[in-house]
Amino acid sequence: MGLNRRVGFFAGLRYRGGGPMWAWMLHRVTGIAMILFVGTHIYASFFMQQTGSDFATTINIVYESWIFQVFVAFIVIFHGLNGMRIGILDLWPRFQVFQREALWLQWFIFIPVYGLTVAILIQHGLTGGF
Amino acid sequence: MSVRTVQPGLSFEYIMWVFTRISGMSLILLSTVGIISAFALGARTQVDLPTLMRWTFFPNPNHVINSNIPDVTLGWANAFWQVMQILIVFFGVTHAFNGLRVVIEDFVGQSIAKPFIRGLIFLLWIFVLLIAIYVVLFS
Repeated sequence: MGLNRRVGFFAGLRYRGGGPMWAWMLHRVTGIAMILFVGTHIYASFFMQQTGSDFATTINIVYESWIFQVFVAFIVIFHGLNGMRIGILDLWPRFQVFQREALWLQWFIFIPVYGLTVAILIQHGLTGGF
Repeated sequence: MSVRTVQPGLSFEYIMWVFTRISGMSLILLSTVGIISAFALGARTQVDLPTLMRWTFFPNPNHVINSNIPDVTLGWANAFWQVMQILIVFFGVTHAFNGLRVVIEDFVGQSIAKPFIRGLIFLLWIFVLLIAIYVVLFS
């Protein structure tokens, strides 16, 4: 097609797409991040189970620490909720005109769910549990 | 305003677009089933958060360190939960590697490297899928 897609990274950041653009970008970044750390977790668990490797065990200890899980929770919950918004709007395309409102609704659901998860994680982290 | 007729033919991209939606919804549904079952099987009073997360997504005897339930044969290690885990693994891994393919092809565009990248991602997909199903079935 005649579409010029040779747009640099910073030129792309200056594009004023607003909330939906940032949601799209966060969706991609969180997706790639999930492939990285869940993929590493799968390999590490496999080697931990099969060979009892110390290195794999260390990776899983880091992965399961509550500090890392705070980031994991953000990434997973955001990706899930944003994907649900995309799927619902694609199933009923006439609601696409309300996509900015849907994005606000998504953040209003995200904040209590993520806040509760982080509160529990910090509580367990500070009291010596996991 | 003229009426535009759209006939999406069954191209690879169209099928994967539909699959992304279906698998995403299925993952949310499967984790909801997992978390409700974990609560029903005693997670409300007996386990902490990592154990709940583990029973929600991957109730498997020995793949994590944090949670300490020694006996998984109690309610979890049966064919039903193995099928549920394999479904989660299949949907999750396929959704993930298709997403990786879409992002990479957005950056690469039409180039001579495209079939090689697709082949590499296909091999990685099969590899992770086999490893995860092996862990589910034989551990």
